Amino acid sequence: MGEQQGIGTADDVERRIIVATQAGLPLVARPWDEVAASVGIGVDELLARVRSMLDRGVIRRIGAVPNHYAIGYTANGMSVWDIDDARVDAVGEFVGALDGVTHCYRRPRRLPEWPYNLFAMVHGRNRDAVERQIGDIEARIGERFPGACRARDLLFSSAILKKTGLRLGAPG
Amino acid sequence: MTDTMKTAGARAELDATDRALINALQGDFPLSREPFAEVAKRVGLAEAEVIARVRRLLDARVLTRFGPMFQIERIGGAFCLAAMQVPEPDFERVAAAVNAFPEVAHNYRREHALNMWFVLATETPAGIADTAGRIEAATGLPVFRFPKEREYFVEMKLEA
Repeated sequence: MGEQQGIGTADDVERRIIVATQAGLPLVARPWDEVAASVGIGVDELLARVRSMLDRGVIRRIGAVPNHYAIGYTANGMSVWDIDDARVDAVGEFVGALDGVTHCYRRPRRLPEWPYNLFAMVHGRNRDAVERQIGDIEARIGERFPGACRARDLLFSSAILKKTGLRLGAPG
Repeated sequence: MTDTMKTAGARAELDATDRALINALQGDFPLSREPFAEVAKRVGLAEAEVIARVRRLLDARVLTRFGPMFQIERIGGAFCLAAMQVPEPDFERVAAAVNAFPEVAHNYRREHALNMWFVLATETPAGIADTAGRIEAATGLPVFRFPKEREYFVEMKLEA
């Protein structure tokens, strides 16, 4: 598949499906019929394609993407951790499985400015709750993986500046 | 405008039906000819009511989007988290310049020396470095890139 070439060369129909739906599905009784018409294929083929994209993980899920703040998760904390490289994958699996952690990734450090290699998002109803939860995660890491965590920080978001999602250009 | 999405005051008035609908719609939206009718049956509303409520929740920005969420890495595209250290007096100007790039999928202000965090989405892996370079040129500030090396967990829904 087009790991090197990129999306444009991967599968033109799938690219057209992405472009037709990236801003959202039409809010009509038969949304997939409208998407199929704009992609230029029949609705049965469209549904089969979308099913395949879901099965392969090209689509993670289909549905509503809530604004966290609007549904009451006003404290959005990005916790970042400097974890021993030899144990970071084990710690990442462990932290990712804890309640309240919504995303957990390993990312590269950017020394000297940024020593952290593990990122875990925690959403809560207020900052105190998120801070308590991060303290709890730190204690659990310390118990389970003694000495693996060298430092951590917690970055709260104070504004959403943009949240449109993916925007590929029109077919070209 | 960024003001409309600031944290203060962004909490919407939601009734129990809105919450139930938001929770139901974070699962799998049916791949059928009349998907809203199926959702309506699940939550005990009329189809037209479901569609009207989704439209209202989008208009009120309770939902930021309604549709498929893509993992474009799976077909050759790329996502990358990036951050910048923006001097406070320049923050609005830099936010506008960064947000003007269609490759910027989301952007958050965070409380840290690195105070602007955004996600780039591009059609090719090479597009990430290219876009970061163009953002550096447009803003005069370095862009730190934090590509995902390993994904341990991604939650698919947040209960409303």
